[in-house]
Amino acid sequence: MTVQGVGASPKRKEDRRFLLGKGRYTDDIVLQDQAHAVFIRAPYAHAAIAKLDASAARAMPGVLAVLTGDDVTAAGLGGIPCGWLVKSKDGSNMVEPPHPALAIGVVRHVGDPVAMVIATSRAAAKAAAGAVEVDYDVKPAAGRIAEATAANPPLVWDQAPGNICFDWHIGDAANVDAAFAKAAHTVELELTNSRVAPNAMEPRAANGFYDAASDHYTLYTTSQNPHLTRLLLAAFTLHVPEHKLRVVAPDVGGGFGSKIFHYAEELMVLVASKRVGKPVKWTSDRMEAFVSDAHGRDHVSKAQLALDANGKFLGLRVQTLANLGAYLSTFASAVPTYLYGTLLSGPYDLPAIYAEVKGVFTNTVAVDAYRGAGRPEASYLLERLVSKAARQLRIDPIELRRKNLIPADKFPYQTQVALAYDTGNFQATLDMALERIDYKHYADRKAASAKRGKLRGLGISTYIEACGLAPSALAGALGARAGLYEAANIRIHPTGSVSVFTGTHSHGQGHETTFAQLISGRLGIPIENVEVVHGDTDRIPFGMGTYGSRSAAVGGSAIVKALDKIVDKGKKIAAHLLEASVADIEFADGLYRVAGTDRVKAFGEVAFAAYVPHNYPLETLEPGLEESAFYDPKNFTFPGGTHLVEVEVDPETGVVEIVDVASADDVGVIINPMIVDGQAHGGLAQGIGQALLEEAVYDGDGQLANDSFLTYTMPRAADLPMFKVGNHVTACTHNPLGVKGVGETGAIGVPPAVINAVLDALAPLGVTDISMPATPEKVWRAIQAAAGKQA
Amino acid sequence: MKDFAFHRPKTLAEAVALLEARGDAKLLAGGQSLLPVLKLELAEPSDLISLADVEELGDIRVDGDRIVIGAGCTHDTVARSVDVQKRLPALASLAEHIGDAQVRNRGTLGGSVAHADPAADYPAALLALGATIATDRRRIAADDFFKAFFETALARDEIVTAVHFPLAKRAAYIKFAHRASKYALVGVFVAETAAGIRVAVTGAAAVAFRVPAMEAALAKQFSPDAIAGIVIPADELNGDAEASAEYRSHLIGVMAKRAIQACA
Repeated sequence: MTVQGVGASPKRKEDRRFLLGKGRYTDDIVLQDQAHAVFIRAPYAHAAIAKLDASAARAMPGVLAVLTGDDVTAAGLGGIPCGWLVKSKDGSNMVEPPHPALAIGVVRHVGDPVAMVIATSRAAAKAAAGAVEVDYDVKPAAGRIAEATAANPPLVWDQAPGNICFDWHIGDAANVDAAFAKAAHTVELELTNSRVAPNAMEPRAANGFYDAASDHYTLYTTSQNPHLTRLLLAAFTLHVPEHKLRVVAPDVGGGFGSKIFHYAEELMVLVASKRVGKPVKWTSDRMEAFVSDAHGRDHVSKAQLALDANGKFLGLRVQTLANLGAYLSTFASAVPTYLYGTLLSGPYDLPAIYAEVKGVFTNTVAVDAYRGAGRPEASYLLERLVSKAARQLRIDPIELRRKNLIPADKFPYQTQVALAYDTGNFQATLDMALERIDYKHYADRKAASAKRGKLRGLGISTYIEACGLAPSALAGALGARAGLYEAANIRIHPTGSVSVFTGTHSHGQGHETTFAQLISGRLGIPIENVEVVHGDTDRIPFGMGTYGSRSAAVGGSAIVKALDKIVDKGKKIAAHLLEASVADIEFADGLYRVAGTDRVKAFGEVAFAAYVPHNYPLETLEPGLEESAFYDPKNFTFPGGTHLVEVEVDPETGVVEIVDVASADDVGVIINPMIVDGQAHGGLAQGIGQALLEEAVYDGDGQLANDSFLTYTMPRAADLPMFKVGNHVTACTHNPLGVKGVGETGAIGVPPAVINAVLDALAPLGVTDISMPATPEKVWRAIQAAAGKQA
Repeated sequence: MKDFAFHRPKTLAEAVALLEARGDAKLLAGGQSLLPVLKLELAEPSDLISLADVEELGDIRVDGDRIVIGAGCTHDTVARSVDVQKRLPALASLAEHIGDAQVRNRGTLGGSVAHADPAADYPAALLALGATIATDRRRIAADDFFKAFFETALARDEIVTAVHFPLAKRAAYIKFAHRASKYALVGVFVAETAAGIRVAVTGAAAVAFRVPAMEAALAKQFSPDAIAGIVIPADELNGDAEASAEYRSHLIGVMAKRAIQACA
C-alpha cells in the first residue's frame, strides 16, 4: 500500500486480469437469449447488386432475420458521417458521398457489407449467409491511386469527377516560389507511403441490445471512444437521443486508430436487436477485419526542397495524393490534411512551405487514422527528403539536420503551416540518440559487417508530431465537427478511497495505472485505493476518447483540474475542522495542515467529514466530495526527437536485418517511465513493421492480395533487436502536467530512419531509392538494377 | 466449420478400417494444415480420424545406418530427439525451424509428409537423404512419393507409419522462409549418404525436386564453387506476391551454396 505518483513505475494494475486471461472483451459478453449476426460482404471492388434473394436463407433453421440495404432505407437510418469538413482551394466543400450501413444497389469495395444475417447461433447465421443469393454486375474498379487518377478512370462516385474528394492546400505558394528562385540547390523526391492494415490483436465486435420495456438501447463495442460513437449514433445514424442509448467499450485489445471510427456494424446490431427482439452480437474474424477495418497511410507524393549554398533550408514544396478508400470514414479527411500538411515543417526552421493534397476515392476499404495518422506520412516524406539532400549535397545527414533544426532558444516557434511549437530541444535528443547508439564507433561496426559480407547502414530521422488533440475552437475553425476537450469526474468515497471517471479509453495504454498515479501522488493516498473507470457512457460524464496521444495531455489535464477542485474543497472542510482560516491551510503528502503548525487533518478524515457532516460548515459548503472538470487544451503538444537505426543488408538475398535502434524522444513530463518505455517499444515495432514487413496490397481491380496472417507480415519479436530508448524532457508549457504524449512516437519517427539506413547501406552499390516495405526481393532487385546500370 | 464425426482409433488397423468405411473421411495427424482448411470451409469432410492415440506411430529408433521416425512424432519431438540430434543433426535442425512453436508442438512428420505441401520443409530432407516412407502396407522411396502439387503416391486409404532416414556423412538444410507464414520460399537440403550426394529443393515449385546438375557437380568437387552457374530456370518455378519465380531461382543458388558451406 504505497503512494505512487508522477515519475514512479508501478506495475500496471490492469495486467493482473489480462495476464490471467480474465479480461472482459466485447465478444466475452453473452447476454440472455443472445442472437448472432454475420455480414455478407462484397467479393468485388465495384459492382451493381443485380439480385439479392434471401428467401431461402430466411427459411433456414435458427434464422431470425436477414437485413439488406432496403431495410436500411425503410428504417430511415442515417449514413455514417464524416467528422471533419475539408474545403478545397477554391472554397468548395469536399465531396461527401452517402455511406449507408448496408450497400444500396452498388458495392464499392471488397468487404462492403451487403446483407446481415441474424440467427440463434453463429453457425446458423453462417450457414444461412451461404444461402443468400447475390448476383453482381461487375463494374470497372479503381483499385489504387494510380488507377483512380489515370485519364478517364472508373468513377467510384459519379459526383466526384476524377475521383477527387477535395483539392486542399496549405502554406504560401508565392513564398515557396521565391525560395526556389534563389536556391543554390534543389532536391526532388517522389515517394509512396505504403498502405497498412491495422490488425489490432482483438478484431472488432459489437453486441447490441434493445430493451423494449424501457425503449432503451445498449451497445457493447470495441471502441476507442464510446461517447463519440454514442454521439454519432444519436445525431446521425440511429436517431435515438443519448438518454436512450448506452455505449460500453469494455476491455479492448488494441486499436491503433482503427477503433476510433463509427462503423456500420455498430449501428446494425442495434437495429437488428430491435427487429428480432433479442440481443445481437457480431464478431469479426481476421480475414473480415482485413477488408472492413479502416486501413492506414497510402500516399503518393512529390516533394522538392530548396537549400542555400550552406545547406540551410529555404523552402519546401509538396504534392500529395492521399487514398481515402471508397467511403469517408470518421476522420478520413482530416488525416491527410490537418494532421499531415501542418506537420511538414518537421523539427526544422523552414521559412517557406506550400503543400497541396488531393483526397482520392478508390474502390478499397476506407483509409483513416492509424497510429500517428498523417504525422508519420509527413515525417517519412521530410526525413527521406532531408537524407536525400544530404547525399546529393555531400553533407553528413546528421550535420545537415543540425544546421536546420529549430534552435532550443527559438521556442515558441511559429511554423509556416499553422502550428506554433511551444517547446522542445531537438539538439539534446539528437545528441542523446547518437550517444545511445555509440555513433563514435559506427565506422568500426561497418567494417566488421563488411568482413562478414554484410552491408551496414545507419539511418537517421529527426521528427516532431502534434498531439493532444485538440483546441476545440481551432479544430472547429479548421472543419472539425466535434469538440476535442476531455472530461473527468473524481468521486472521493467516505472512507477516502477514490473512483476517477475519465472520458479517455484505455485499450493497452495503461490508463488504469497512470491516471491512478495522478490521484495517488496528488492526494497522498495509496495507489491501491484508486479505481479508474472508463469506457461506459452511463458512468462517465462525457469524453472524446483516446487517439492522437491525447489521453494524458487532455484527459490527464481534466483529472488535474478536478483534483484542484477536490483539494480546494477539502481545504475549506479542513479549515473548519482545524478552526483555522482557509488561507492558512496547506495540503501536501495527504495532510491538510495549518501552515507552520503541527495541526493536521489527513485527507481521509476530511473525506469522511464531507460524507458524515456532523461537524461541518453546512451553511456555506455542500456536503460530499465529488468534482467534475472539462479541459479544453490551449494548443497541441509537440513530442519529438531522434531515431537512429542500424541495419545489415545481405547483398546476396536482399534481406535487411535491423541490428540496432536508438530512440531519444521528448514526450514531456513522464508519469510512468515503464509505461512510456513500453509505448516507445510498441511504436517502434509498428513503425519497423511498416518499413520492412507490412503492406496491404491491392491490385488495380481492387482485390486485396493479402488478407490473412499467412501472407500479411506482422512484425514479431524475432524481427526486432533490443531497443535502446531514452527520453529528454522539456515540459509542455500549456497543460498542468507538462506532458506531451508518447503513443505514436515510434510509428512516426522510425520508418524513415529504417529506409534511410537501408539506402545508406546500399549507396555504395548505386541504389538511390527503395519503397516501404523494404522486402528482400525489392532490395535484391534494387541491387540488381543498380548493378545493371553500373555495368 | 461444418459438423463432422470424430474418431480416435487405438490401432493402425482400426484407423485403416475407418478410413475404408467412411468415404469422405480425413486423417487428423496434428491438424496444422487441416484445421485452417476446415475453419475456412475449404474442405468439409464427413469424418475426422485422429491418429493421436495410435501407439504404433510414436517412436524414434536407430536401426543400423538408418533412423526410423514414427509418423506420429511431432516436429518438436524430432527436433529434441537426442538420437536425431546426434546422428542426423541437419534433420533435427530442420524440424526445429518448422513454422513456430505451436506448429511444432502439434504438427507431425507423417501429417506433413502425407499432406505434401509444396512449401513444407520435410520433403527436401526426404528427397536429399533418400528416405523411405513406410505405410500400413508397403514401403515407398521418397523419389517415388512426392508426385505433384499436394499429391503423393499414397492410396486414398493408406496411412504413413514411419519414415526411414539413412544417416548422412554430411548434410545441411538452409531455408529462406516466407516472412509471414514461415513456410519455405526456398529450402535446400544437401546430403552425402552412402548412396551418394543429393540436393533437394522445396518451396520453389509445385512439388519438391532434386537438382541432378548440382548433385553431379558436387560429386566431382564438394564445394560451393562447384555449383556456381547452375541455375534452375524461373519458368519452372512458383511466383507469388512474396517472391517472384526469378527471385526464387536466384535464392536456390544462394541457399544451395550456403547449405554446402554448412555441410563442411
